[in-house]
Amino acid sequence: MEKFTGTVWVLGDDIDTDIIIPTEYLALKTVQDMKPYAFSPLRPELAGKIQEGDILVAGKNFGCGSSREQAPEVIKALGIRCIIARSYARIFFRNAINNGLLLIENDRVQEVVAEGDQITVTVNQAISHNGKDYPIVSLPENLVGIIKAGGLVKAMRKLNGLD
Amino acid sequence: MSATMIEKIIERNVGKAVKPGDIVTVFADRVMIHDIFIPFVAEKFEEMGFQRLWDPDKVVLIYDHLVPASQVDDTRHFQVGNAFVEKYGLTHVHRSDGICHQLMPEAGYVKPGDVVFGTDSHTTTYGCVGAFSSGIGYTEMASILGTGTMWIRVPETIKVTVTGKMPENVTSKDIILRLIGDLGADGATYKALEFAGDTVEEMSIASRMTMANMAIEAGAKCALFAPDEKTAAYCETELTKEQKALAADRDASYVREITYRAEDLVPVLACPSQVDNIKPVKELKGLPIDQVFIGSCTNGRLEDLMAAAEILKGKKVAPFVKLIVTPASRKVYQEAAENGTLSILAEAGAIITHPGCGLCCGRTGGILTDGERVVATNNRNFLGRMGTSRVEIFLASPRTAAASAVAGQIAEAGF
Repeated sequence: MEKFTGTVWVLGDDIDTDIIIPTEYLALKTVQDMKPYAFSPLRPELAGKIQEGDILVAGKNFGCGSSREQAPEVIKALGIRCIIARSYARIFFRNAINNGLLLIENDRVQEVVAEGDQITVTVNQAISHNGKDYPIVSLPENLVGIIKAGGLVKAMRKLNGLD
Repeated sequence: MSATMIEKIIERNVGKAVKPGDIVTVFADRVMIHDIFIPFVAEKFEEMGFQRLWDPDKVVLIYDHLVPASQVDDTRHFQVGNAFVEKYGLTHVHRSDGICHQLMPEAGYVKPGDVVFGTDSHTTTYGCVGAFSSGIGYTEMASILGTGTMWIRVPETIKVTVTGKMPENVTSKDIILRLIGDLGADGATYKALEFAGDTVEEMSIASRMTMANMAIEAGAKCALFAPDEKTAAYCETELTKEQKALAADRDASYVREITYRAEDLVPVLACPSQVDNIKPVKELKGLPIDQVFIGSCTNGRLEDLMAAAEILKGKKVAPFVKLIVTPASRKVYQEAAENGTLSILAEAGAIITHPGCGLCCGRTGGILTDGERVVATNNRNFLGRMGTSRVEIFLASPRTAAASAVAGQIAEAGF
């Protein structure tokens, strides 16, 4: 089972897509250009501090708001390995899966982790923090299929006989 | 088997019985792409290796968020869009006709029972005519353009019944804001909302649009009104037997049922900076404001502009307040010009802009700064939505917005 460890950044409930990447930066040419502005309305310093392999821990309804796919893309571009939230807004959920960003639903770690802590994730199995394991549920099979293909683009390329 | 409205629409589309939780592949009857996302859709479509659109007649491209361009980079979106139109033979293209969610029903692209996807979260709006419509990202849109299909999870349904006669100052905006407050910003996540009761049956399609539009603010996948004679008149069609049968069965099964008595409702505001932070206008009366915005896909229709004009007629906007009015489409603009509404608004001191999304998403015009307060008829009061992150956005009905513009502070019409 795939396993990784990362440093945690903690966010609250209802982190909306205008916080993740404000509309005024959506016309920038690439997601790389948008990176410095991620989370800027709420925590302008955050984008500069996130390191490759870090993990976001948030409350309920993460990614609510618009359908902008740049939201999961910019989070992935910052190097975030996965998000652990109590729940996700549905469009964000689909967009994240389609872009190969791992989302985990869990409502217990929020009470125990603090920003800067290290946690270990064993995919489709458990989150470990301070020697304690918090079980996580598996994703539905059709979504695992998209992630396994490496996202929706790769799944469609396969369909069109390109890969 | 008894079924809710969304179950009936999906069953009709896939040709077999479904139940909530099932994952099925549906066929898109229509899709909509707007200017912000067309470059990304085009890029993903080609990266996926598709050579042609599955059905160019079912694809609608609308420029609205960036029209007219306010930054040099915006023009690239139009260029990429125009090249895509040329290369793949799109015929339904609107370059300056108004906001996508107004145009889709208004121009007849959506019919009762249709399955529609759009690259914008407020795509839920078309439930006003009994269509299942939902927002998706640009990668998924690219795959639909190639295949015409998309997987969905059949949602559970929350039934919302409103009965009785609404008080004079209460509009459909106040009902949907109250519902979002009661459900919470994630209270309907993954679920369908179904509206019923004599109050919604009495409502115009425009008022129903306002409610379906904001369903996403409670996380809903879609929001549905059963098609009736008003729907038929709006869509300029006669309802088929199949479309008439889309209304939920009496014994359909709901995950939750909520009932309101219209007489109990009051004008409300969504306070900074959560859409579910709902308070009665009375409680905030007197709070000074800097700007008022009447427009957007939520409340920029003729009846909204006329409601504002009724309050503003013969009055002046407070001297330190900017009142900005944006008709939702060219058609709305023309109708409001022809029936004298725009003239009343201009006389009162309103700034009237071209149709589009600019103000609502803080993209063109009407930007505010730290410590400023705006009463707005659009759908989101998120941090930084209409300027800096220290702007306070209060969402309200056009009546409350117009009364506040005159008072220079939050005010209830008629008080």
